Amino acid sequence: MTWQLIFEQLLNGLQSGVTLFLMAAGLTLVLGIMNVVNLAHGSLYMVGAYLALAASRWTGSYALGLTLGIGGALVVGMIVEVVVLRALYERDHLDQVLATFGLILFFNELIAILWGRAALFASPPAWLRGHIDLFTGSRYPSYRMAIIVVGLLTAALLWYVVTRTRLGMLIRAGATNRTMVAALGVNIRLLYTVVFGFGAALAGLAGILSGPIYNVQPGMGELVLIQVFVVIVIGGIGSIRGALAGAIIVGIVDTLGRAFLKPLMATVISAPAAENAGPALASILVYLLMAAVLAFRPQGLFPARGG
Amino acid sequence: MRTSVRSLIAGAVVAAFAFAGPAAAQQKIKIGFISTFSGPQGVMGQFMKESVDLAVEHLGGKVGGVPVEIIYGDDQFKPEVGVQVAEEMLKKQNVDFVSGIIWSNVMMAVVPVVTGAGKIMVGTNAGASPLAGSQCNKLYFSTSWNNDQTPEAMGKFLTDTGINDLYVMAPNYQAGKDMVAGLKRYYKGRIAEEVYTKMGQQDYQAEISQLRAKNPKAVFAFYPGGMGIQFLKQYDQAGLRDQIPLYTVYTVDEISIPAVKDAAVGIYETRYWSPDLKNPANEKFVSDYKKKYGKLPVFYGAQSYDGIMLIDSAVRAVHGNVKDVKGMVAAMEKANFKSLRGPFTYNVNHHPIQNFYLLKTEKTASGDIEMHIQKTIFEKHKDSYYQDCKMQ
Amino acid sequence: MKSRLVLWALATTVLVALPPFLLAIGQPFYVDLTRRIMILAIAAVSLNLILGYGGLVSFGHAAYIGIGAYAVGILGFYGFFNGWLHFAVAIVASAVVALAIGAVSIRTSGIYFIMITLAFTQMLYYLGISVAEFGGDDGMRLKRRSELPFIDLNDPVQFYYVALVLMLLSVFLVYRIVNSRFGLVLRATKSNEARSRAIGFSPYHYRLTAFVIAGAMCGLAGALYGNHTNYITPGLMSWQQSGDIMFMVILGGMASTAGPVLGAFALLFFEDLLSGWTQHWQVILGPLLVLSVIFFRRGLAGIFYKPDA
Repeated sequence: MTWQLIFEQLLNGLQSGVTLFLMAAGLTLVLGIMNVVNLAHGSLYMVGAYLALAASRWTGSYALGLTLGIGGALVVGMIVEVVVLRALYERDHLDQVLATFGLILFFNELIAILWGRAALFASPPAWLRGHIDLFTGSRYPSYRMAIIVVGLLTAALLWYVVTRTRLGMLIRAGATNRTMVAALGVNIRLLYTVVFGFGAALAGLAGILSGPIYNVQPGMGELVLIQVFVVIVIGGIGSIRGALAGAIIVGIVDTLGRAFLKPLMATVISAPAAENAGPALASILVYLLMAAVLAFRPQGLFPARGG
Repeated sequence: MRTSVRSLIAGAVVAAFAFAGPAAAQQKIKIGFISTFSGPQGVMGQFMKESVDLAVEHLGGKVGGVPVEIIYGDDQFKPEVGVQVAEEMLKKQNVDFVSGIIWSNVMMAVVPVVTGAGKIMVGTNAGASPLAGSQCNKLYFSTSWNNDQTPEAMGKFLTDTGINDLYVMAPNYQAGKDMVAGLKRYYKGRIAEEVYTKMGQQDYQAEISQLRAKNPKAVFAFYPGGMGIQFLKQYDQAGLRDQIPLYTVYTVDEISIPAVKDAAVGIYETRYWSPDLKNPANEKFVSDYKKKYGKLPVFYGAQSYDGIMLIDSAVRAVHGNVKDVKGMVAAMEKANFKSLRGPFTYNVNHHPIQNFYLLKTEKTASGDIEMHIQKTIFEKHKDSYYQDCKMQ
Repeated sequence: MKSRLVLWALATTVLVALPPFLLAIGQPFYVDLTRRIMILAIAAVSLNLILGYGGLVSFGHAAYIGIGAYAVGILGFYGFFNGWLHFAVAIVASAVVALAIGAVSIRTSGIYFIMITLAFTQMLYYLGISVAEFGGDDGMRLKRRSELPFIDLNDPVQFYYVALVLMLLSVFLVYRIVNSRFGLVLRATKSNEARSRAIGFSPYHYRLTAFVIAGAMCGLAGALYGNHTNYITPGLMSWQQSGDIMFMVILGGMASTAGPVLGAFALLFFEDLLSGWTQHWQVILGPLLVLSVIFFRRGLAGIFYKPDA
């Protein structure tokens, strides 16, 4: 176990966390401000990936595909908000769960009808296919480095919007006290549509970025959805800062757990026992982490509502 | 009160609708085919259905000379739904045979239901070991393999090639452990590390970093379905494909290759069949499949095609009298049909005795990426469980 | 009240008459399908107690189906086939696990409660996969169905009536519980927790008790389910299965007696019907669910009558 390896794993954890952040940011905003449980967030992730793939094949350009994919996810998100979610704001969370679950079924099947069930081929753009030689001597895929960069840039952009613009102020106000914001004469309907569209675009971006390293397949969103919920619970609902912190913590803990838990356990218990227990423990590590955070700080690490 | 009466009538109408099915006409043979058609794994069911449809077409719409109807059912990847579908096929549609099934757990749940009803089950994929061993059954036939055979072949090849430093990776579930056990039965070299990853895990970067640090001479991996696509892409993106040779089972196939393209080139698999296997039946199957569906068939499909041909040979032997189950069983044991894998014989446990080949994924001159047979590893290989089978 | 009793009597009569009718018209498969629906309805009824009436959104309820089913399977594995033993162990084991999980989870609320119950279920599921002794994720086959005096569970019709009786009993039991003093307090904690605390009730203890009762009842459903499928896999404990039961409760109408039963029948029956028509049945079911949520504000039960308060 060298420092080189540990550093590389930290980088892996950071990258996985950043990808989770993009999904979590949108979801936490929707849940925190609009108080809507949206299970179909994963479907928007999938829609972004598929639209980008189709667009880049059609136009021949990765950049154009990326833009159209994000735009497409934004539009689909806003349509979903107007058609379905508006009818659900006053309803119980559980009704929202069932309705958005219906949306998951619908989108998965629609994509399967349009593009088939088989996984599509998605690869990083040609200029990102190589490796970077790290100062530690190991090689790191350029594409993953690009994801880290894009993710952190997006986080910075979000920070700017949320803290330095009027829209951001409305978002923060809405997360703290929705009714007051409406009472103050802000067009809540428009705000909601914009926020939801924003969240959808972020999810779409996450889908587009993940496509080349994961699968582009119907149902790809649900595979990440549980982890995303764990992230926003750990980070604190409604808080972008929380989503970033939660995502990076979950990414790093999960990665380091998978890499080092078994060898660590082998130093304490017998090797064959570690063979079995190591992987089993590593798969539930993130849940244990969440339980621990909830035990000590039930509102999450950086809750949106004051303190 | 008015509302509830309306609802009751609506319910009755729906119920009547549901019961309306074609009355069973006994001049037809009905074969139930169960696979997964919904969800991401639905692509495998699709390939199997395409092969079954082609088989029926090649037989002229008849099995054993009798017009045939294939009834497809979706197990949704759940054993209890598989059981429900099988029961629906047996009790409602009165099928004469049940076939198909991708997954071991669904197979284990469904086989007793079919054999318990006195009908023959032809498994065309899942190769759960108990069915080859202690739970073998007179009415159960497999046209695929026993799960362990494929990694056994890989283990033998690796040992013969003198590889002595192997890094092993598989998902942490029963099939994953079975694959590694099969590998170890024939691989006599040193295993550098055995890594079990979480079921359904998407990102393997952490494991790949560990692997690279360990720097083994070769890697063995078992990653079926979506996991495989992700693993192959990430292995390639990490630059390892050209550095450390990768030997896999059930990971690279004609379904995953289109999704990963170049990332599959140079990777080895072991299998009992390949599209380029040279025999007349297979050449016809592959070229007709390509013409009809615009792509190469996959082994799931080849096995399913063989399943229909096996049933055809049985019905032919009893001259269409499907009530003569004993006669059909005897005929099936003789396996008197032209299998896509060439000469076909059954072991006492109704599992095939067959060759296993080393396959390599290569890029052809025209840029297509295909799997090609390199050499034969096992000739007439028997599975390791038949001695536990009481039907000796 | 009277009209509701009449509806229940009508429904019961239909269900009682169904097997002979189905056998007469040569459709025995539907006896098995209805039986499966009734068994899962018991699970939905138990979830409704804590979810509909108690406001506890447990995403881990399927764990008890798994525990109940594995109780039957594991006891059978070691040669114990007595049905009473199976049911007793299923119920007690589920109650114990529910107590343990509930004691920890009920301290939280809202989305946190959902996530914690989900986490526990995931842990049980991954545990189930890794224990090779009982088949891991390949699962295990039942050697024999539970043996009960005078009743042969291998007879599909007798098993059907056992499931029907138990389903009606569980509906009745939950009905009595929610209309008892205990139930009224439980429902009060759902509608206004602060006020019920102010009156002097400790929501925690009422909720925990309801949680354990619901778990135990679901364990019984699990034991029946294991017998029904004859094959037990960890998939029974997955969060997807929990989600399925939850959808039955929500669709049927929460906080209503008939809701979970209606939801179970509607969802499973439609699933079977639609999947027979097309492999893309989910593209139809999805919007149906969305529409039913939007238009049936009180769930399917709301079509028949206004549910309790």
